[in-house]
Amino acid sequence: MSPKTPESTTDQYRRKFLKQSAAVGGLMVAPGVILNQVAHAKPDAEKVSNKNRWGILVDTNKCSKGCNDCVTACQEENGWGKSETKSRPDQQAQWIRKVTITDKQTGHVQSLPLMCQHCENPPCVDVCPTGASMKREDGIVLVDRHICIGCRYCMMACPYKARSFIHEHLQYQKVNAPRGIGTVESCNMCAPRVDRDREPACVEACSKAEHGALLFGDLKDPESAISVELKKHGGKQIRADLGLNTGVRYQGI
Amino acid sequence: MKKPVFTQIKGNSSGYWMLLALLGGFILTALGATYYMEHGGHYVTGMSNNIVWGMPHVFAVFLIVAASGALNVASISSVFAKTAYKPLAPLSTLLAVALLAGGLMVLVLDLGRPDRLIVAMTKYNFKSIFAWNIILYNGFFVVVGIYMWTMLQRSMNKYSKVAGFSAFIWRLILTTGTGSIFGFLVARQAYDAAIMAPMFIVMSFSYGLAIYMLVLMASYKWTNRPLGDATFKRLKNLLGVFIAGVFYFIVVKHLTNLYATEHHGVEAFILRDGGIYTQMFWYGVMLIGTVIPLAIIYHPTVGMSRSAVGVASLFVILGGLALMYVIIIGGQAYPLVLFPGKEVSSTFFDGMVNNYAPTLAETLLGIGGFAVALFIVAFAVKVLRFLPESLADEAVDPHHSK
Repeated sequence: MSPKTPESTTDQYRRKFLKQSAAVGGLMVAPGVILNQVAHAKPDAEKVSNKNRWGILVDTNKCSKGCNDCVTACQEENGWGKSETKSRPDQQAQWIRKVTITDKQTGHVQSLPLMCQHCENPPCVDVCPTGASMKREDGIVLVDRHICIGCRYCMMACPYKARSFIHEHLQYQKVNAPRGIGTVESCNMCAPRVDRDREPACVEACSKAEHGALLFGDLKDPESAISVELKKHGGKQIRADLGLNTGVRYQGI
Repeated sequence: MKKPVFTQIKGNSSGYWMLLALLGGFILTALGATYYMEHGGHYVTGMSNNIVWGMPHVFAVFLIVAASGALNVASISSVFAKTAYKPLAPLSTLLAVALLAGGLMVLVLDLGRPDRLIVAMTKYNFKSIFAWNIILYNGFFVVVGIYMWTMLQRSMNKYSKVAGFSAFIWRLILTTGTGSIFGFLVARQAYDAAIMAPMFIVMSFSYGLAIYMLVLMASYKWTNRPLGDATFKRLKNLLGVFIAGVFYFIVVKHLTNLYATEHHGVEAFILRDGGIYTQMFWYGVMLIGTVIPLAIIYHPTVGMSRSAVGVASLFVILGGLALMYVIIIGGQAYPLVLFPGKEVSSTFFDGMVNNYAPTLAETLLGIGGFAVALFIVAFAVKVLRFLPESLADEAVDPHHSK
C-alpha cells in the first residue's frame, strides 16, 4: 500500500467537491427538467388568464336517460350529496342534476345534465352585493365563500336554479372543495382540476361510461375539439333570449 | 296659527312600561328565533333552494318600504310647504328611521352569515342593486337623522327645508332601489318589470302613512293629547288616495302582463290557480288591503270614526304584507321556465310549483322587526320632543272656525 500523498488528498477533495457540485447542480436543474414535462398544468403562481374560456358541450342525443354518472362523479369530486343529513330534499345542494324534458306536442323525451351555465354575463355576479359571486378570467363562474354573506340574491337571479344554499353544518369535506353553512355554492367547472389540465369530473365520468355526451374545452381556441364541433354542428344555449352567452352549450334541444 | 309646542311624553304610567315590556318581549322572542335558525342552519325554516327568500323577507321588505313612506308626512310639510303638516313632521322622521331599523334587523338576521355583516359594509360590487341599497339604507339614517336634528333644535330650523328636500329625494331613490331588487331579476317570470320601482314607491306612501296614523292616534290617545278632526281627516283622505294609487299600479302591472302571452302562465298562477297565493291576492290584497279600507275611509259616517279608520289602517298594513307575500314568495313558487313548450322534471323539482310553509320562527323574527320599530318610537318620544302638545284643530289650522 502506498502511503497517502498530499496530492491524493487534494484529489479526494476535488472529487468530493465535483460530486457535491454535480449533486447540487442536479438538484437545481432536475425539477425544471422533470416538472417541465408536466408543466402543461398551470403553475399555482400563474394567474388564470382570459386567453382561455372554458366551456362544456352537451350532446343530448348521446346522454343516456337512466345514467346519472355525471352527477355521482360531481358528488364524489366535490363532496356534496351525502353530507347533508338534516336538510329536506329541496334544501340539499344540487351542483348538477339530470333533467328530463318532454315535448308537449310530439311527446319526444330527452335527458340532459343541468348545472351552472358559466355565463359570460352572469346575473348572479351582477347582483351579488359583496362580489363573492364572481367570474374568473377564463370564464368559470364561482363563489368566494369567504365573503359570501348568504343573502341568496344570486339564487333569485340565476335563471337555471344552478345554485344551492347550505342549510346545515357540514362534515367530511373534500380538500379541493371547501363548503360552509350559510353560504351559496354551485358548479365551478371543477376549477381545481381545470387548473391542473384535467377535465371536469362530470366530463370524465361521461367518457368513462362510454357515452361521450360531454365535451370540455377552450371555446377561445379555434383548434380545440369543442370549438371545432360547435362550428360544425352548432350548439344551443338554454334561455338564449336572456343574452347571457353561456359557456355550457347543448346539442339536440 | 300658533307655533306648535313639542314636548316629551311623561312615560311613567304603568301602561307605558307595559308597552315597552311587551315590545321588548317580542324583540327577545325574535332574537331567540334567530338563534334557533342560525345555530344549526336554515334547515329548520320553510325556506329552501327553491324558495330562497321567505317570511323574514316579507316583513323586512315591507318595513323598509314603509320606512320611506313614513317620511312622507314630513316631506309634505317641508318640500311641499303645507304648514298643517309641520307639527306632524318630527314624528314622521322618527318613525321612518325606526321602521328602517326594524326592517334591516330582520333582513340581516336572516342572512346565512349574519356574522359577516362587516363584509357587506366593506366590500361592494357596484353593479349590484343590493350593494347600492346598503349604501342607500345607511345614508337614509344619516340624511333623515340630520333632517330630524334641523327640526328638533331651534337654531337649526333654518336648514330644515334643505334637509327635508334632501331626505325626500333620498327616500325616492331608496324605494326605487328596493323595488328594483325585484325589477332587476331578469330570469323570473313574476319580476323583471320596470313598473316594480314606481309601484314600490306608491306602496310605501300607503303603508308608511297607515303605520304613521296608527302610531299617531295611539300615542295621542294614550297620552291624552288632543288630536283634532282637521288633522285626522287630512291624513285619512290622503291614505285613501294612496290606497287607490297602489290599486292602480297593481291593475296596470297585471294588465300589462296579461297582454303578453309569455306571462300568461305566471298571471294565471297568481290570479287563478295559485292556491294560497291566489287567495292572498284576492282576499288579502284586494279585499282586506284595498276594498274594505277604501269603503271605511270614504264612508260619510264610518269614515269619521277614529277606531274605524284605525281598523282601515291596520287592514292596509295586513294587505301590504299579503302583497309582499304574493310578490316575494308567489314569485318564487312559480317554476322557472327553462324550456318553453316542454314539460320538465328532475330530482330538483324542476317544472313544479315550489312549496313553502313558513315556520313560527321565521314569522316571529319578522314580527320582531315591527317590535323594534315601535320600541324605538316609544322610547324616543319619552326622551326627545317629537310630539306637539296639541294637534287640536285651532292649534294646527289657521283657517279653522269653530
